[in-house]
Amino acid sequence: MNDMKCECGHVNPVGTILCESCGKALTENAQKEKLHDMRYEGSARRSQTYNKTIIDKIWNFFSSVKVGVWLIVLTLVASSLGTIFPQKDMLPTNLTPEEYYHKEYGWVGQLWYKLGFEDLYGSWWYLLLIAAIGVSLVICSLDRFIPLHRALKNQRVTRHEGFMKRQRLYIDAAITGDQSFAKVKERLKEKHYRVKEEHGNLFAEKNRFSRWGPYVNHIGLIIFLIGAMLRFVPGMYVDELLWIREGETKVIPGTHEKYLLKNNKFILDTYQKGKDNEAFNQALDRVGTVAKNFQTNVTLYKRKEGALPGESGKLAKVKDDEIKVNHPLEFAHYSVYQMDYKPNELKTMTLQLENKKTKKTFGQVKIDLFNPKDVYDLQKGYKVKLIGYYPNFTGFAKDGEPQSSSPIPDNPAFLFRMYSPEHPKGEVSFVAIRQNVEPLGNNDYKMSFAGIETRNVSALTVHKDLTLWILAVGGAIFMIGVIQGAYWNHRRIWLQRKEGNVLIAAHTNKNYYGIKKELAAILDGTGLPVPKDQQEGKKEKEKEKEV
Amino acid sequence: MSQKKKQRLYIRTAILIILLAAVGYTLYANLNKDNQGKINVGEKAPDFVLKDMQGNTHRLSDYKGKGVFLNFWGTYCPPCKSEMPYMDDVYKSYKNKGVEILAVDVGEAKFIVNKFVKQYKLSFPILIDKDRDVQSVYGVDDLPHSVLIGPDGKVKKVIVGNANLTKNDFKGFMESIKP
Repeated sequence: MNDMKCECGHVNPVGTILCESCGKALTENAQKEKLHDMRYEGSARRSQTYNKTIIDKIWNFFSSVKVGVWLIVLTLVASSLGTIFPQKDMLPTNLTPEEYYHKEYGWVGQLWYKLGFEDLYGSWWYLLLIAAIGVSLVICSLDRFIPLHRALKNQRVTRHEGFMKRQRLYIDAAITGDQSFAKVKERLKEKHYRVKEEHGNLFAEKNRFSRWGPYVNHIGLIIFLIGAMLRFVPGMYVDELLWIREGETKVIPGTHEKYLLKNNKFILDTYQKGKDNEAFNQALDRVGTVAKNFQTNVTLYKRKEGALPGESGKLAKVKDDEIKVNHPLEFAHYSVYQMDYKPNELKTMTLQLENKKTKKTFGQVKIDLFNPKDVYDLQKGYKVKLIGYYPNFTGFAKDGEPQSSSPIPDNPAFLFRMYSPEHPKGEVSFVAIRQNVEPLGNNDYKMSFAGIETRNVSALTVHKDLTLWILAVGGAIFMIGVIQGAYWNHRRIWLQRKEGNVLIAAHTNKNYYGIKKELAAILDGTGLPVPKDQQEGKKEKEKEKEV
Repeated sequence: MSQKKKQRLYIRTAILIILLAAVGYTLYANLNKDNQGKINVGEKAPDFVLKDMQGNTHRLSDYKGKGVFLNFWGTYCPPCKSEMPYMDDVYKSYKNKGVEILAVDVGEAKFIVNKFVKQYKLSFPILIDKDRDVQSVYGVDDLPHSVLIGPDGKVKKVIVGNANLTKNDFKGFMESIKP
């Protein structure tokens, strides 16, 4: 295959339909057309020209708009499927996803889970679909922008007669007035056309940049996709959860262990009848408790330069803050939001040594459930020794040893040795909530319950997103492209002398109504004929036939 | 092929490679996002400082030149319990060969850890990571979580969860990080 030389002398790339320079139809099909398809100026869309190597084949696949549209449709269908049931990340944590979907949605939910839709938007195939759209965007745009740009750059003033004839707005008539086109030229310039002249023929053009609108729009989209892609680059995007007890200091996840947070207090306020606006009373009667404020009072610390993980002393205070809903703690691109809470987790438990018969008590033992002591001395010969502590007691093992399933005191149990003047060697007692076991025979004393202290646990989300501005830039460029293509029209008008007659043709990429009005105004009173809309004429003829 | 066509093929190939690389990276990063921040084999083991039950300070980098078997554990974790006797056995024979064991409790009450250590008669240093600082650095989630660190300070192997290890496995681990 060779480049094609037009009779006007211009050399066109293979696959060109209309000569880039003079517009002459180069293919038989185009010659038979009544009106030319001007969308890409009859340029050689690259995808349609070669199909040789594997690279070309891949290229051509993605260059097809049809393929692009199908990819978008597929993605839309897939995206909508993902919204049928909640995604994995949104589930309550007390059940595994498999159990949850089965319990809530029956076999449909189970099938949905089996098909892997529970993490649809993070699945590899969904990402591939989005990526394929991105690739299609790049290749489609390149394959259309470059030839179109070439064609518009190479267009000359005097076009081939056939090209003129096959424009939608066209007329061929005798010149009666303005022989030199001087008045027309002046009027065109008034309307901000750029006018070129050659052998007495005129070519006027304006707003060519409007044709680049779709491509600018695609650049915006691609920047947007790049922004979305950057979320996966470490350090660009953080979305973590942090459970923190009152009084605890913890590393903030996602900060490379540089920042630590201390929970000073968690506050849950509810609306109170009598205290708050009366207007709420009715609602409060109906619903009961309504939360007014979730708040965590925190202190932010930064690890001192050179300090290592584990060196809890080497922290520098950054600031105190109150984290409330919509009022996050902000520092170094991070935002920490109030997310959830667990109220009243056990912190201490107080027990008292009691004589079972006399009911007399001999002092209290306050046990810090996160850091119990070995021995609690009650004076006067009374003493309690802790021999076993099981923060989350789950039962006894085969060998009789009490078991604990976690270090969190959700169900604390203790093994005590109680010393008293009557029992200097001590009596052994196993104490759990609502449970008192005397493993070594009957005791005279017991540990009875005297009280608890609780504290709240606050859940905070740690958020960081450095890609937002890229998404904003992409979105802005996207909109610029839309505006560029939508609010301006690329208009061209050709005037050509031919054996005493004048040929006038006009083209616009959209809004023929507008260009017709503009043409009428320009040609008014010049003695030149106003081009007719050949498509409208055709339609009318068809209508007549139908009738 | 003409010069022009050749050039076009090169450009197309280049663009496709760039696009493929971008897509490939995104997919890779997405599939690995759960592992982000975790320690990988071959990386330098992050330094830390923790105190043991006797109040002595242990700094990981002080063990440079020795192999370190770093074990994260909790008394409530059954496989941790079953591993401890093996670890103690191999510790006794490899201590003199330049391999240390640092067992980091995930932040339980000192009382519980103390009792456990006495019950199992553990002779290697037991550290308590009260603030869960070091666990965060090492990305510890499931227990037990063991990290083998070579004399060069680099991570040799990471073993997570219940791997049903035998005493011979531990011997192998110690052997692999012997200076």
